Amino acid sequence: MTETPGIWQRLWAGRVARTAFIVLALVTLSAIAGPALMPAGSGEVSGNQFSPPAWAHPFGTDLNGRDVLYRVLEGARVSLLVGFSGALISFFVGTAYGLVAGYAGGRTDEGMMRAVEILYSIPRLIIILIFINAFDSHLKTWMAGAGLNGLVADSRVVILILCLGLIEWLTMARIVRGQVLALKAQQFVAAAQALGQSHFKILTRHLLPNLLGIVVVYLTLTVPAVILDESFLSFLGLGIQPPQASWGSLLANGAEVINPIRSNWWLLVFPALAMCVTLLALNFLGDAIREAADPRARRA
Amino acid sequence: MITFIIRRVVSLLFVLFCVVTITFLLIRLAPGGPFDRERKIPPQIEKELLAKYKLDGPLWQQYRGYIWDVAHGDLRLSTKYRNRSVNELLAQSLPVSGTLGAIAFLIATAGGVWVGAYAAVRHGTAADTWAMLGALLAISIPTFVIGPLLILAFALKLNWLPVGGWGGVACLVLPAITLASPYVAYIARLMRTSMLEVLGLDFIRTARAKGLDDGRIIFKHALKVAILPVISFLGPLAANLLTGSIVVESIFNIPGAGGFFVNSIQNRDGFLLGGVVIVYCALLVVMNLAVDLIYMGLDRRIRLYD
Repeated sequence: MTETPGIWQRLWAGRVARTAFIVLALVTLSAIAGPALMPAGSGEVSGNQFSPPAWAHPFGTDLNGRDVLYRVLEGARVSLLVGFSGALISFFVGTAYGLVAGYAGGRTDEGMMRAVEILYSIPRLIIILIFINAFDSHLKTWMAGAGLNGLVADSRVVILILCLGLIEWLTMARIVRGQVLALKAQQFVAAAQALGQSHFKILTRHLLPNLLGIVVVYLTLTVPAVILDESFLSFLGLGIQPPQASWGSLLANGAEVINPIRSNWWLLVFPALAMCVTLLALNFLGDAIREAADPRARRA
Repeated sequence: MITFIIRRVVSLLFVLFCVVTITFLLIRLAPGGPFDRERKIPPQIEKELLAKYKLDGPLWQQYRGYIWDVAHGDLRLSTKYRNRSVNELLAQSLPVSGTLGAIAFLIATAGGVWVGAYAAVRHGTAADTWAMLGALLAISIPTFVIGPLLILAFALKLNWLPVGGWGGVACLVLPAITLASPYVAYIARLMRTSMLEVLGLDFIRTARAKGLDDGRIIFKHALKVAILPVISFLGPLAANLLTGSIVVESIFNIPGAGGFFVNSIQNRDGFLLGGVVIVYCALLVVMNLAVDLIYMGLDRRIRLYD
């Protein structure tokens, strides 16, 4: 990292950032280890339908008698996986696109940014939905053909990650391009060019390291955006398919079974809590990283 | 000014053309023919339908036919709700979505501007802190969490408002609040930042020195300038309300266009999906143009057409 030294220390010194970081670490840890630590059969279908929270089932049980805590942890796995991998894809695509556009300049730059603008003017979730609609079954066929049979059941997760990652890069590309335009005018780039270095080397050795700081900042803000989008899709029934769960699909199930006679509130409240706490922590952390990286932003 | 509008309209048409193209290609990429159903239709009818829409030819002919029809305002037949045209379905459902969207739009802008301006004027007090904390919460909680929780509280526990459905003002309250809540918060934050900045400017000090009272300064002078960032957010706001309404309609069982959008994907109803997407995008680009014009009208110093 070429940021001024001390950014991570400054970050850790902030109470908000530290709390957010610890919360996120806890959520991630329990998502990874939690399901294995719970009593065997927690995630199995049982006759114990809609039992309210109690010692045996701290979050209650759902329509199929499964433990809601177990489901929330399973959902956390999917939501976090989609969030982080989707953000990572958007990082690669957006950075590469912005680098090339900014470095090439002129007509190429204009054309590439025009395309970004057009994509911007279409609501991104609508594009994502059409993408999933178009490619889901193709991906399944391809996976089955390529001998990836074990993955076919998870094809929805894969397509969600791909689609969300491939749509969420627009802002990243804009930011990177702006930075490259500014950096390009500096002398070290001219020096590298005068020394006869290849364009590829200039891009990867000279420009990229100078960009990483700001890119990391936006990456932390992309993760909650992707998690939010994934749960939006799953809530509509167009994302993760049962029996797999994500926070969005759990919320959808919870919203379905509330009725005037029995509210079954625990099916709604616990997934909502898990999701909101995670999103809040991610947003706080993102803001804190931005502030630590750019002291000028603190005024706003 | 005129050249600016003409240029914007041309680029608007170009964007729409791209949207139609992308949508068409992606829909044709999805497996299965447009009239494949579990309940088979007679082969003769299917053949005639395919011929009518030129879907029996090569892809470019299909595409040309679709562009031609869309350009003439014909969004074709829904393949799921057979015998009904997409135009008909949209004419029935768009007013519902539009009403909900317009009310949420009003709540978001009016509420956001008020809260933000109030927080800025009371800068540093407890009211400011609480307003901004509440805003951060409202931004972080997605609509599909707020909606069901509001139903749980106000419709099921307190029994004040209906759970969902359409008809009557009472049905509108919860959905509109749900849809607007994140954007009230977002606009409040925008407004507060910009108001704080404006209140520190020279012309406000001059107004104070002239002895104008606070109310006059804030409403007549500061608000007019401070509201500009909010105006430029109105375009994205419309886009967000549009996608947001899909979820809110599904939570509250509202018979709007969002429901058709979700159904058309589940049913692989290509023309309905295409129709909803095209109409949504058309609404958006027109909205964006309107926002730019308002912006120019409000601030003469901004010259977008340079």
